[in-house]
Amino acid sequence: MRVELVWWEGCPSHPEALRQLHEVLADEGLDPEIVELREVVSDEQAERERFLGSPTILVDGRDVAPADGQPVGLACRVYRLRDGRPSPTPDRDDVRDAIRSAL
Amino acid sequence: MSLRVGDEAPPFELPATDGSRRGPDGVTVVVFTCNHCPYALAWHDRILDAARDHESARFLAICPNDAERYPADSFDAMRERVERDGGWPLPYLHDESQEVARAFGARTTPDVFVLDADRRVRYRGAPDGDHSDPAQGAVWLREALDAVLAGERPARPETEPVGCSIKWRR
Repeated sequence: MRVELVWWEGCPSHPEALRQLHEVLADEGLDPEIVELREVVSDEQAERERFLGSPTILVDGRDVAPADGQPVGLACRVYRLRDGRPSPTPDRDDVRDAIRSAL
Repeated sequence: MSLRVGDEAPPFELPATDGSRRGPDGVTVVVFTCNHCPYALAWHDRILDAARDHESARFLAICPNDAERYPADSFDAMRERVERDGGWPLPYLHDESQEVARAFGARTTPDVFVLDADRRVRYRGAPDGDHSDPAQGAVWLREALDAVLAGERPARPETEPVGCSIKWRR
């Protein structure tokens, strides 16, 4: 399984997302160190990679959350938690479901 | 360089989504915020509730972001958001030139400044300590504002603003 966390330094939420991702992986009996970190550094790179904002978590290349109209670019990504609240990080259950689906 | 607690904030007047122009008047809470940032969105309802609960203070929400790079923060998008919400209890101002944000030294959305009636900064920082916990209820902002309205100095005058960086023009 390939797990990537794609981030941009202008948004402070990637450390929290990484911590959450490590916890979910450990809960599932997987090695948290499998997470690959990839930084997006320019508008051009964001456009080329269709980067939907920081942080974005990909499991075997698939986003753990729906795009929900999120624009491509260097920005903090807006997630919706399962109770509808906006959040700078994905719902933990969405991350868990994406990992379980890839097992 | 940011305004520090005790500094006098500059006077300003900015256009609001309702067509008026607004600025500080009396005890004023200035919240730099925007449409596209998840931190600003997460704290939004708490800030609106604080405004509803403090009618004796003036609340101003200001969007300072570069709308060319972030169209979700354009003046049109600001107007549409307020209309979609059925109105806000505070005006939503557009700082197109970013001069007000620069004068305050705003760093993030949100970034909260509580000014006394002499426009001196009496609180600067986050609304409360956890964007992910609605139960916090913008308590840092509320405590500071209650103190200023009572003619006192806030016990916690400064906290670290947390959120998305201000999107400055290039």
